[in-house]
Amino acid sequence: MSKLVVATTSLAGCFGCHMSLLDIDERILDLIELVEFNKSPINDIKTFTKQCDIGLIEGGCCNSENIHVLKDFRKNCKILVSLGECAIMGGLPALRNGIPIEECLAEAYLDGPTVKGNIHKILPNDKELPMLLDKVYPCHEVVKIDYYLPGCPPRADLIWDVLVALVTGDEMKLPYEVVKFD
Amino acid sequence: MNSTVQQIINTYKKDRFRLMDMLIDFQEELGFISKETVKDLADQLDISTVDVEQTLSFYHFFTTEPTGKYTVYLNDSVVAKMMGQEEVAKAFEEELGCNFGQVCEDNLIGLFATSDIGMNDQEPAALINNVPFTKLTPFRVRELVADMRAGKTVYEMYTEGYGGGNNKSVLVRSMVANHIRRIGPVLLNDCSPGDAIKKIVQITPEAVIEEVKASKIRGRGGAGFPTGLKWEFCRAAVEKERYIFCNADEGEPGTFKDRVLLTECPEMIFEGMVIGGYAIGAKKGILYLRYEYKYLGKFLNDVLFRMRGNNLLGENIAGLEGFNFDIRIQFGAGAYVCGEESALIESTEGKRGEPRDRPPFPVERGYLDKPTVINNVETLATVVKIINKGSEWYSALGTNDSTGSKLLSISGDCRFPGVYEVEWGFSIDDMLGMVGATEVQAVQVGGPSGALIGPDEFSRTISYADLATGGAMIIFGEQRDLLKDVVLNFMDFFIEESCGSCSTCRNFPVILRRTLKRIIDGKGIRKDIDDMEEWGQIPRVSRCGLGQTCTNPILTSIKNFRHLYEDLVDKDEDYVSEFDLSTAVQESCDFVGRIPNI
Repeated sequence: MSKLVVATTSLAGCFGCHMSLLDIDERILDLIELVEFNKSPINDIKTFTKQCDIGLIEGGCCNSENIHVLKDFRKNCKILVSLGECAIMGGLPALRNGIPIEECLAEAYLDGPTVKGNIHKILPNDKELPMLLDKVYPCHEVVKIDYYLPGCPPRADLIWDVLVALVTGDEMKLPYEVVKFD
Repeated sequence: MNSTVQQIINTYKKDRFRLMDMLIDFQEELGFISKETVKDLADQLDISTVDVEQTLSFYHFFTTEPTGKYTVYLNDSVVAKMMGQEEVAKAFEEELGCNFGQVCEDNLIGLFATSDIGMNDQEPAALINNVPFTKLTPFRVRELVADMRAGKTVYEMYTEGYGGGNNKSVLVRSMVANHIRRIGPVLLNDCSPGDAIKKIVQITPEAVIEEVKASKIRGRGGAGFPTGLKWEFCRAAVEKERYIFCNADEGEPGTFKDRVLLTECPEMIFEGMVIGGYAIGAKKGILYLRYEYKYLGKFLNDVLFRMRGNNLLGENIAGLEGFNFDIRIQFGAGAYVCGEESALIESTEGKRGEPRDRPPFPVERGYLDKPTVINNVETLATVVKIINKGSEWYSALGTNDSTGSKLLSISGDCRFPGVYEVEWGFSIDDMLGMVGATEVQAVQVGGPSGALIGPDEFSRTISYADLATGGAMIIFGEQRDLLKDVVLNFMDFFIEESCGSCSTCRNFPVILRRTLKRIIDGKGIRKDIDDMEEWGQIPRVSRCGLGQTCTNPILTSIKNFRHLYEDLVDKDEDYVSEFDLSTAVQESCDFVGRIPNI
């Protein structure tokens, strides 16, 4: 059986979910027997080189680049998994959703207590920069997401179980403690 | 400090539990409640300003800005819209040159929308300075605006005279019509005020409870708890200081029978409270009256005054030594959730109308943490008839599990909207025939928190075993778009009226409304219907009845009118995104001064 191809990315996240993935420790050696990584920060492959089976998405969408990356993942992966709170609900970055974007930018670049020396009142507007979205969107509002794995971050064993379930095609057990956080 | 403020605070003896009354008086005397007033009030009552603000911000009719010399609250409920509310609203806006939510013409006229005001049988209707104006048309709006500009009083603005019955009493002076279309055992005027009180003082409180239990009457507000049992629980409480409340906060859109009872049979309602007070051993009763019925305030207080004069209230009632009982009226200030009994208690204590966790139930710990009974207006009126004519007479009416009669508030697409008293066991088919409704597409039974049913179920009967209801019946003809005109409006209502305490009731109506809107806009998919059905179950875990039923408009319409949803969704698509990148980046690009490069 040929190995399943896995891609991962971190959008508006903190890389905590990826760190949690690395927490599977030495089982990563077992994992690479089962799967092959394509585009991912883990192996630093920057662009898709082939069609993938599984895409793991960490983080929601806060800017135009996140949108492009997410749509690229949808195009290149058969199955997409929203990994962790930010991908599923926007998470911590979505705290800004109740505040107008103008206020957020002004606080960060013009009026905030830590703003020193921006005497020309410059706002980041180079066309090379990603454009900020009006609010932070959960991934499933932008593309179709097949599975959701809650947690902040989902713990390593859970990610391991998900990957094994997706590879073997077995149904996964999700006991109550795993999906209840509040 | 403003002397009016001081005077009002003194009137209520600086009692923080009377905060609602003080805020209502401020709103009426000063036109709004300023930051300074809040601070003065907090200082004098020795509570924090936040304590005042949280009550202030909860209720719809309290404002922190002036609302104009004339304040117009136009009802925007479903039936109002069916009867032409949108043209009326447009006429107001055009005539005044301002929008709803604004005060215009140098603080002369304020224009606001409000949820159901209990006038479903005579819509479109509005409250102007707390006085109801019914059956509005764009023409009448232009006249009203001219009258307001001319500085007339609200009573001078009437053109058709006062409504029937006590609506024309000098203490009411309203154009509201009673529309009593069918009289039954409760509405039949066959007892003199005080007869039942004179009867109960001859027997023990326990015997009164036994009589009420034997009648098998159940609460008429909708939940249907046996009244006699509730009284018995309260009487059994250890604590001796007890209260009886009459819940006259009928806020369920489509119900207005309590308004008619309050107008035509107030003595009976109060007499019912005296009987309840005697039975449970309470010294004080409180009528919690929704603010929308403020226009009945003077009239009802006069009834209480006369009852005191006739020894039917006060001390040694009906000559029975030591039987002391009195009633006061507590006004709400515009919050549907206060119809929930524990929220009603919180509100009466001057707090936000947030339902309490139960147990303990109010019969154990209610108002001021004392044992409290809360009965619906209709229940208390009915009890008087039971005492006068006997439980045997009463329990012979209706069906086995639902004895007696029920007042129905019927409105919508029918020839004769109004109040009908029928015995339990009446079928929907007969009801439609009775009110002159033809080509009926659906009936909303029990208001938005009830069920939307179709012709397949019209043979069902009104009873606790089949279609239990508080009495609101809204009829929708073939011409109505049920999803857009009805279900969407009901969801807006629940979103507006949630107290916000449980996340399930705060969030799911918003999420489901958005999905419903997407379907109505033709962008829905089949999965959306399944999602709504599944997610609609989640609010069942909410603390109170409002939360538990807030998704019923969607759930019952999917159950009974699934084809309406299926006709609108794209059956081949399995995912639709409403996200649009160029719209989403527009705001930030504008602010930083760059042209979006998508």
